[in-house]
Amino acid sequence: MKTLKQSIDDVARRIGRDIRLMEVCGTHTMVAFRTGLRQLLPDSVRLISGPGCPVCVTDASYVDAAVEICRRPHVTVATFGDLMRVPGSESSLDRERAAGASIRVVYSPSDALLLARESPSQHVAFLGVGFETTAPAVAWSIWRAARDHVDNFSVLCAHKTMPRVMDRLLRDQQIKINGFLCPGHVSVITGASIYQFICEQYKIPCVVSGFEAWDIMKSIAMLLSQLADGRAEVEIEYSRSVTEHGNKTAQRLVEDVFEPCDASWRGIGAIPGSGLAIRETYAQYDAAKALGVKFTEAHVNPLCRCGGVLRGVSTPLDCRLFGGACTPAHPVGPCMVSTEGTCAAYYKYEGVSA
Amino acid sequence: MCLAVPAQIVELNGTTATISVEGALREIDVSLVEEPRLGDYVLVHAGFAIHKWERSEVEELEAIRANTDLREVLR
Repeated sequence: MKTLKQSIDDVARRIGRDIRLMEVCGTHTMVAFRTGLRQLLPDSVRLISGPGCPVCVTDASYVDAAVEICRRPHVTVATFGDLMRVPGSESSLDRERAAGASIRVVYSPSDALLLARESPSQHVAFLGVGFETTAPAVAWSIWRAARDHVDNFSVLCAHKTMPRVMDRLLRDQQIKINGFLCPGHVSVITGASIYQFICEQYKIPCVVSGFEAWDIMKSIAMLLSQLADGRAEVEIEYSRSVTEHGNKTAQRLVEDVFEPCDASWRGIGAIPGSGLAIRETYAQYDAAKALGVKFTEAHVNPLCRCGGVLRGVSTPLDCRLFGGACTPAHPVGPCMVSTEGTCAAYYKYEGVSA
Repeated sequence: MCLAVPAQIVELNGTTATISVEGALREIDVSLVEEPRLGDYVLVHAGFAIHKWERSEVEELEAIRANTDLREVLR
């Protein structure tokens, strides 16, 4: 019986040209690096990383806003740990906490809500960052706060959604993508049908992949088979978790609390309809409104190439800061901060001089 | 951040469940999945079960993990 590697080699030979597959999800990026499977691919097949690390695509102006509110008396900022070290224009949450600001790292938005219940004299603002996977949990915390009248709780919302950013990447002439490894846990919520337009409009195959090395190799083999046959379909490799239409309960909750909005992606820019905003019904729980937060233009290091890395047009090795001024201990850009960031993956697994 | 882990429900109290991930216990919310039951395997993200796994799906993962020696799978 042929192994997966042999199948991939055979199909790649049959295709006979260079193929670029984008793994959209940051966790897929990490698995691909950690397990060394990139080295098992034939030279003609390249994996490029996409904009699927939530922290990496969060605009620096959002970090600035979080820093501003954490300095206020009677405000506690609750956040996922990933955001702590992301540099804003002149500070980070990590630095603010060291200076005495009230910042709590939580594992779940429900922990942030609990914190608000337990500290009635503080306003607890949760930093709502993440894709479709995370949005239902945050929607739940807002819905629950409204139901139980927890009025000292709010969410600074910067949730983003996948379809429009994938569309934007496909419109970018600089980026050549022959197939998408679609994010598995986003798809658990949304269902695989959200990628259908990519196959129909762009004739590009999509495979929703699981997170074991074997899953990713299998998904690559499936994408290559589609390319060899001239097909462009949505296929689900991760069928143990993903269906065509997803988790309806979670979708209804997200729909109840959020509405689509324009969102600003770090390094990519504003994309219409690519974000989630808190509906007017729940305005009281929108930190931007409840706390009167003003978003101002951020200043980031002009040498940082995270923007190009997130779009798949640069690799970290193209960046002058990589491995010198920018390391996991002293990150300059978000792709070095996050454990799922492409720069962090290159640094850890490819070596600085790779 | 989009990491999600499979876990088994070992205690259930309304929409709150205690899960075990390879023996490590943690409390989560199960209101996003339908009819959670004791012993069910769920996929957990940010403190919420987002999907319920059938027994056969758990076995599939176990089989993949048992084969994670890439030299065996990919030689």
